[in-house]
Amino acid sequence: MTVTSEAALRRSRTRSVLLQLLVAVLAAIVVVPLLFAAIGGFKNTSQLSYNAFGLPDPWVPSNYIDIILSFSFWRQLANSVVIALATTVIVVGLAAMAAFVFARFAFRGREVIFTLFAVGLMFPFAVAILPLFVLLRSLGLLDNPLGVILPQAAFGLPVTIIILRQFFRTIPREIEEAATIDGCGTFGFFWRILLPMARPALATVSVLAIVASWNNFFLPLVILNDPGWWTIPLGVQQFYGEYSSDTGRILAYIMLAMVPALAFYGVAERQLIGGLTAGASKG
Amino acid sequence: MTSQLAAARPGVDADPPLRAGPGGDPRRARRRLKAFAVIAGYLTPALVLFGLLVLAPIGVAIYLSTYKWNGLGPPTNFIGLDNYTRMLGDEVFLGDLRRGGLLILLSLVIQLPLSLFIAVLLNRRMRGRAFYRLLFFAPYMLSEVITGVLFSLILAPEDGLANQILAAVGLEALQSSWLSEPSTVMMSLFMVMCWKYFGFHMIIYLAGLQGIPKELHEAAEIDGATRWRAFWHITLPLLGPTIRISVFLSVIGAIQLFDLVWVLTSGGPIHSSETMAVTMFQFGFKRANIGYGAAISVVMFLLSLIFALAYQRFVLRRDTEGAITTMRDQR
Repeated sequence: MTVTSEAALRRSRTRSVLLQLLVAVLAAIVVVPLLFAAIGGFKNTSQLSYNAFGLPDPWVPSNYIDIILSFSFWRQLANSVVIALATTVIVVGLAAMAAFVFARFAFRGREVIFTLFAVGLMFPFAVAILPLFVLLRSLGLLDNPLGVILPQAAFGLPVTIIILRQFFRTIPREIEEAATIDGCGTFGFFWRILLPMARPALATVSVLAIVASWNNFFLPLVILNDPGWWTIPLGVQQFYGEYSSDTGRILAYIMLAMVPALAFYGVAERQLIGGLTAGASKG
Repeated sequence: MTSQLAAARPGVDADPPLRAGPGGDPRRARRRLKAFAVIAGYLTPALVLFGLLVLAPIGVAIYLSTYKWNGLGPPTNFIGLDNYTRMLGDEVFLGDLRRGGLLILLSLVIQLPLSLFIAVLLNRRMRGRAFYRLLFFAPYMLSEVITGVLFSLILAPEDGLANQILAAVGLEALQSSWLSEPSTVMMSLFMVMCWKYFGFHMIIYLAGLQGIPKELHEAAEIDGATRWRAFWHITLPLLGPTIRISVFLSVIGAIQLFDLVWVLTSGGPIHSSETMAVTMFQFGFKRANIGYGAAISVVMFLLSLIFALAYQRFVLRRDTEGAITTMRDQR
């Protein structure tokens, strides 16, 4: 080995250590706030100001325990689950039907209608929320979970239809022909053959719909006034307002509110990232 | 484009087109009718839901924006374009535009390059790569509300965690009241946005990077190109479509920013972190001036639409499908 290549090797090793360090610093920036919430939830207010970095001394489990024993937290969790599942069932069901037609039938106006859905991506909730509120009020859907579920499903249609159409197109024509010869009608093909084959795509769009619904704040904020229907994000905001001086308690609350989302991320990471990057990586 | 589509779904175009032929063999007509019934049956539910709850609200917004209306009873006080002309002289609204522009600029100059840099790092063989990828994306999973509450505690004036950390490392001079100071609030907001969203952009870039053939880099190395030159001349151009999409998502996201701002600052202090969506919410829901709120909604819609169309026309061209797949999750 020559001297120069040794020097180069040393240089590249130094660099890789530096880069490793940089990534570790970034990881700390991501982790510290989360750890602060998790550990801070075990502290009382005076500990939080005089012992910000250390472990709790003594540990104060009451913040967590009070919330776990409170009815409202579980109620909000249940509401979030019900609304997310109902939204997902509706949006995936309707989008699968529409995507089926878009992918496997040729008809006049197909591309126009498809583009109409695609353009729908330009109208997120923030833009439509005020007229939507007026509309839902006149339909009597305020303080009704359907007032959140139906708009969420409607706004989820574009992305769901686009992903499913892409997938449905890849299923060979021969399979449909074989099914028809075996006496399968259009619905039989859709229900018994296409949908089971599309399971990975259905999983992806379901995960996207669940996450979007789970984190939605703006729509529930204007539609659901009744605390009995509040979802987790509304509960977090309310709790923050109510206990603003009791930081430890709020940290415990947001930590518990994070758990379902992070657990879901752990389970469905592949579908989620696959769905988000499906199109972005092509070009 | 058309030939690509046809290739992607073999045989689809062999279906009889649904137009009434001249003359008309009754059997073919019946088949066509049946096909039409199938198409209508499968498409109608989605179309109705979409038309009623996504498209109609845009029309309703345009209609309401021409009234002065407090939301009680039917709107009767038609004022034409007054709500729009009022906007032109509304310091808060004009400030919203400036602040939105600032956030977009900061995202493009700081957040996206940072995300790209990390993606390039994590794309190389390095220890703990999978773990870091999982970790950096985690903040994106948290709702804006949780993120907002967490950071309003961390950035609290006096003894919030941020100030305590600065004190602990001897940087008291940098302590600040972050969110309650007009001069620092936008920077603080931007830092929180970075914390929450950089992992999302990183993930998109990583997917793009994985699409670049390794041979190109190997060839460049053989030719004696430095890492930097290889990045500049190979990685960056080939990542073009992905970068364009993440720019697109950042801009659209900034135009509609609400949740995070509402929880962190509610637009304060004295409007210094307000966004268009917050102003719209204030007028539409808090001050019962629904006409003016609707007019702001319409402007937000038009800005998104014009930007999207222009971007599609001049920048995106072929890479639309990607934008479409990822767009909604940027709220």
